[in-house]
Amino acid sequence: MTRTEEEPARPTEPLEPLNPRAVGTSPVRLDGPAKVTGTAPYAWEHALRDPVYVHPLQSAIARGRVLRMETGRAEAAEGVAAVLTPRNAPRLADSSDRALAVLQSDDVAFRGQFIGAVLAASPEAARHAASLVDVEYEVEPHDTRLSSDRPDLYRPEAINPADEADTEEGDVEAALAAAHAVVDETYSTPMEHNNPMEPHTCVAVWHGASDDGEPALTVYDSTQWPYGVRMTLAPLFALAPERVRVISPHVGGGFGSKGLPHAHHVLAVLAARTVPGRPAKLALTRQQMFCLTGHRTPTIQRVRLGADSGGRLTALSHEAVEQTATIKEFAEQTAAQSRMMYASPNRRTSHRLAALDVPVPSWMRAPGEAPGAFAAEVAMDELAHALGLDPVELRVRNDPETDPRDGRPWSDRRLVECLRTGARRFGWDARTEAGARREGDWLVGLGVAASTYPGFGGPGSVAEIERTSDGGHAVRIAAADLGTGTWTVLTQIAADALECPFDAVHLEIGDTALPTATVAGGSAGVTAWGSTIVAAAREFRAQHGEDPAPGARTRSGMPENPDLRRYSVASFGAQFAEARVHADTGEVRVPRMLGVFSAGRIINPRTARSQFIGGMIMGMSMALFEESVLDHGTGHVVNHDFAQYHIPTSADVLDIEATWLDGPDPHAGPLGSKGIGEIGIVGSPAAVVNAVYNATGIRVRDLPVTPDKLLRY
Amino acid sequence: MDSQLTLHVDGEPRSLTVDNRTTLLDALRDRLGVTSPKKGCDHGQCGSCTVLLGGRRVVSCLTFAVAHDGAEVTTAEGLAEADGRLHPLQQAFLDHDGFQCGYCTPGQICSAAGMLAEAEAGHPSSATADGDGPGGVPRPVPLDEEEIRERMSGNLCRCGAYGNIVDAIRAVAGR
Ligand code: FES
Ligand code: FES
Repeated sequence: MTRTEEEPARPTEPLEPLNPRAVGTSPVRLDGPAKVTGTAPYAWEHALRDPVYVHPLQSAIARGRVLRMETGRAEAAEGVAAVLTPRNAPRLADSSDRALAVLQSDDVAFRGQFIGAVLAASPEAARHAASLVDVEYEVEPHDTRLSSDRPDLYRPEAINPADEADTEEGDVEAALAAAHAVVDETYSTPMEHNNPMEPHTCVAVWHGASDDGEPALTVYDSTQWPYGVRMTLAPLFALAPERVRVISPHVGGGFGSKGLPHAHHVLAVLAARTVPGRPAKLALTRQQMFCLTGHRTPTIQRVRLGADSGGRLTALSHEAVEQTATIKEFAEQTAAQSRMMYASPNRRTSHRLAALDVPVPSWMRAPGEAPGAFAAEVAMDELAHALGLDPVELRVRNDPETDPRDGRPWSDRRLVECLRTGARRFGWDARTEAGARREGDWLVGLGVAASTYPGFGGPGSVAEIERTSDGGHAVRIAAADLGTGTWTVLTQIAADALECPFDAVHLEIGDTALPTATVAGGSAGVTAWGSTIVAAAREFRAQHGEDPAPGARTRSGMPENPDLRRYSVASFGAQFAEARVHADTGEVRVPRMLGVFSAGRIINPRTARSQFIGGMIMGMSMALFEESVLDHGTGHVVNHDFAQYHIPTSADVLDIEATWLDGPDPHAGPLGSKGIGEIGIVGSPAAVVNAVYNATGIRVRDLPVTPDKLLRY
Repeated sequence: MDSQLTLHVDGEPRSLTVDNRTTLLDALRDRLGVTSPKKGCDHGQCGSCTVLLGGRRVVSCLTFAVAHDGAEVTTAEGLAEADGRLHPLQQAFLDHDGFQCGYCTPGQICSAAGMLAEAEAGHPSSATADGDGPGGVPRPVPLDEEEIRERMSGNLCRCGAYGNIVDAIRAVAGR
């Protein structure tokens, strides 16, 4: 990911593999006692004196201009310190990123956009005063409707994170025309929202006249990337990066939505500048999160598959249509995994965007892979049906020997083993013909799908090691723990890298006072930060020997892993689901799911299992529940709370198990580890939908699978 | 309008003045600095703010502080012993990895503590086959997995720790 200004020289020799001792064991989470008592401080919870509470004002139209804001009554209300509007808000030094140019113009580009804020002595006073502001708009017609026949669909320059929008290989049309069996279907996934349990929170303190007379900024944040917040905010407020400190020791979930700074960061700092020296506290409400923290774009995906009579793919075409915003582009890589998942001599992938009057879409757990694999893996199920072939067998027959994108060898692709192991453990051979198994009022079926996630995780982080006076080692890196187990697993890695006991490592993370770290995103965090710690530990030993004096200290980055150029590195998995569909009501229950993953070395089986299962549950949720309903009349997500945007609760989650194939990936770096945070949500939605088909004979191609889609009229 | 009141929070009397619009949750978090209960939705829809009020579980975002003058409030922090020893539920959550990000966790644990007491007192849930014992006397409801899932469904966990949470609670309920 992005390199920062603070990276010292890093070693260039590739790192030797780590000798695992603590790695591979399951210590209980180090942050656990603080989490179960509720004393681990999240962003809102740092003890700060004399705060002001910030309540945002939001646009009630989806496109147009703010003409007039009547703020007199709000300003006169008890406890109010200030009311910010586009007219009086401090000017930013850089407003080129329109998603972050908060209160810098009167323009409204989506409904719910910030148009002001009330600062007051209590949350109640701020919220009440916000209701007293009258706003007059110049309303322009807005357009929020995504469709695949819009004339203004365009091809983006690149797709997330940095890939080409389209690929074309061979002659897809001719191959389809000549194929023994063809699938040509269109699938859709809805807009979805990450909804981490901790709302996005930013507490900013502007030190107008710090000791040296220069201003400085402290931000208590909930972020997957402390240095990303620093690097984004500093230029907006004309501060040198080292004048901005971001503190984020604990993050209450993120799933991508806390990966990049959003407009609320800027609003909190604008507020802080208005009351120098006082903390400005801003926590978005659950409702506000639905327009201000990013979303997963809805997708419309046409998938065409052709196969010969032996069940081998002769054509694979995956064309995706998605939305982006008018103020900033985000192009999700929906079809990208269809470039590498299966072998096919003829292949096409494409991405087309519509720029709509909506908030900017962003990362949500496995952006691209999750919705893309839904369409592709349901299409594979349809092809298996058309061929009369077992869906596991179809995938096995099309497993490519090398990466179809460029012919590189796989570093460690064991998808077939995942499929076979899973089929055996899940009791796949009990699967019947579609619609053939009924137990009482319930139709029962089994489904399978394959999963993959790219192996990211390169240089860009720096770790510091220091011998402490108690004979242990301080290990410092500005990594993030958003439930990922970072506190614990980096301590395990550091203990092995320093060849010292687990409890002799004193880890410090989540603060830009520590050396820089890349984002907790792309399932790359632990691999990137852990490899950096390995590199720093070796430098430390080289510089200071086996028994250094207290205070001995080393900082280092990590070298490039040359194998990442020679080999194609990715995680793989096979997901199995059982669905029970009520014959009369269409209610769907998922009594069993099993995921078998191949993700290189597992650092901590206890926390890894939780993360895999958490991803699979989110995948089940994507299949059955999640849908942000955008009302095109207002441009507003109407079901913007947990009563209406459904996620699973305890009663929905039955027997869900995750397991993995042992062994490090020999080419994935010194840890041999690959990403585990996202792959659980890839393929699991398709496994559930395929199980529903097997139960009912009804093929649902538009998520979520609500009961109405399963009723026969 | 403001009111004066006293809350007994985790065993300590705490006197405070609140705006009458202040929820119990905000009184704890913003007035008293007791941040163990979390705010996930502020609408009674997620359970993150669950505390024990007079021994019963409530979502503290849905009730006004001013209505609880003199009340006993127990948070997850207060379930642990003063010397730091964890409540059996807290230890079970650690052992079973009953959380990831930890934000829903204090609410889950308070909810579980309240739920165990409800089952012990014979309160049925929609998963309970039959309620009372002979003569209409309530009897403790045995807590199998289905009962626990049903009774814990007011507490959302976006990290998806549900299976481990149920295992943790079963380990304690079985004692
Ligand atoms: S914060 Fe009270 S139920 Fe969600
Ligand atoms: S542990 Fe993250 S929401 Fe439950």
